[in-house]
Amino acid sequence: MSELIKLTATEIAGLVAKGETSAVEVTQAHLDRIAAVDDRVHAFLHVDTEGALAAARRVDERRAAGEELGPLAGVPVAVKDVLTTKGVPTTVGSKILEGWRPPYDSTIVQRLRDAGTVMLGKTNMDEFAMGSSTEYSAYGPTHNPWDLDRIPGGSGGGSAAALAAYEAPLSIGSDTGGSIRQPGAVTGTVGAKPTYGGTSRYGLVAFSSSLDTPGPCARTVLDAALLHQVIGGHDPRDSTSIPQPVPDVVGAAKLGATGDLTGVKLGVVTEFTGEGAEPGVLAAFRESVDALAKLGAEIVEVSCPHFRYALPAYYLIAPSECSSNLARFDGVRFGLRVGDDGNRSLEEVMSLTREAGFGAEVKRRIMIGTYALSSGYYDAYYGQAQKVRTLITRDFTAAFEQVDALISPTTPFVAFPIGARTADPYQMYLADLFTIPTNLYGGPGISVPCGLSDGLPVGLQVMAPTMADDRMYRVAAALESVVGTFTPPAL
Amino acid sequence: MAAISREEVAHLARLSRLAVTEEELDTFAGQLDVILQSVAQVGEVAAADIPPTSHSVPLTNVLREDVVTPCLTPEEALSGAPDVDQQRFRVPRILDEDVAS
Repeated sequence: MSELIKLTATEIAGLVAKGETSAVEVTQAHLDRIAAVDDRVHAFLHVDTEGALAAARRVDERRAAGEELGPLAGVPVAVKDVLTTKGVPTTVGSKILEGWRPPYDSTIVQRLRDAGTVMLGKTNMDEFAMGSSTEYSAYGPTHNPWDLDRIPGGSGGGSAAALAAYEAPLSIGSDTGGSIRQPGAVTGTVGAKPTYGGTSRYGLVAFSSSLDTPGPCARTVLDAALLHQVIGGHDPRDSTSIPQPVPDVVGAAKLGATGDLTGVKLGVVTEFTGEGAEPGVLAAFRESVDALAKLGAEIVEVSCPHFRYALPAYYLIAPSECSSNLARFDGVRFGLRVGDDGNRSLEEVMSLTREAGFGAEVKRRIMIGTYALSSGYYDAYYGQAQKVRTLITRDFTAAFEQVDALISPTTPFVAFPIGARTADPYQMYLADLFTIPTNLYGGPGISVPCGLSDGLPVGLQVMAPTMADDRMYRVAAALESVVGTFTPPAL
Repeated sequence: MAAISREEVAHLARLSRLAVTEEELDTFAGQLDVILQSVAQVGEVAAADIPPTSHSVPLTNVLREDVVTPCLTPEEALSGAPDVDQQRFRVPRILDEDVAS
């Protein structure tokens, strides 16, 4: 096994810039690692060997020509299969897009290319990003490198597992209700959900448009911040993109790494540190809170009384938006078409195509959303959920008048065994109990490894005000400077 | 009491253009009932005078200058289509034959 795969993105970029290794060498080392372990991990749906090596060669040529390289040039990155990649298969973990090669790049992928990063391939995910374990992928589950019989979280389990298995030093996820942070927590890696509108949704296959947020995943907080800086910022092609510069997340991560949190006031969310979480998760969280206090942070308890309604509100709002968004999968413009025998009507072909192309969880959410939006139930379900969303936002606003950032465990429980929660869909939903409020509010949140429970990783979540993404990086980096990073058993 | 019946789930499936099987209907009816009973908790919140939030970013119309910019060629735009005819998406018939004739 090459030592290159154990390096951070920061270290790789430094070695490439100095000419001590080449982007091609680094890329080949990661491709070799994927070939050696991915039959067991299944983090990747598609490995773009030729594209990756070609991109790496371009970086090496630019360096040889004396061009100045960006801070992540030559660093391999794995991209969640929810983002379009020109000419490279994009399935969203669904049979309905099997074999589709998009004619354009998403903005995130375009920015990754412009920065000289090397895209290794596309990572596995719950179908249409609907799920918390990657078990709802139409292409089979991803396995947690900490214990191959357990889930790697979801929906971005592939992006998180690729990091933990040293198949990639960086990856991209998307977070609608926790799909970056929760996989980060259960794989012992770092996952950040930027402020909604802080990263572009152009070319992100839509699930719930008012919540979907692409973001960075890495093994260290600084690496995540560097990736955030590269992919973030205003995009005229996304009408909900915020026309402001990216907060100084890299500077904040470096400041945090000094281990000084003097003058920072943190609020422990009362509602998320009680019965809802496993004892082992709470123990690791409490130890980390003590560590943050020792670094100089002032710790107080903050109650957010409406957070307990975030889960039910989310499971009305997200399915409602999904039922509308997924209407585009009609067997006409892209993807699967089933039953077109020359006799059946468009409507029949559409229904047969969607029946064959969508998995059970996607069908459930489309039907729940259709129900919640129907005229007789709209006020009681979707309308009421939108009002609860207002109250959750007010809880955040009130909390941030008292503290700089909120903290909680990222997830109520550590990685569970594959198959443990698939029979009861609502049990699966509970995995996102602590991450969902941030999505409804629209602010940033990060999960950083904070300890182990029975040998499995636990994550601590930092939640900050809208467009104050830098604050969460500072706190996360400070914690990381004390607890360190976590390495899974050898595969 | 069940929040939703098997017949209602069948109706939702038709509205959603999903040709679900009888077996799926049996499974989904029970699962959707559990989910709907759980999410109905939002009704416990006193929110009569609370304005709804549809979006965390204040939405305004975003316009650009009306200038021609590079875009996909017809071949690129049609490249993922299941069926193409004369540079167009070919679709199954939309009208019943007696209506069409």
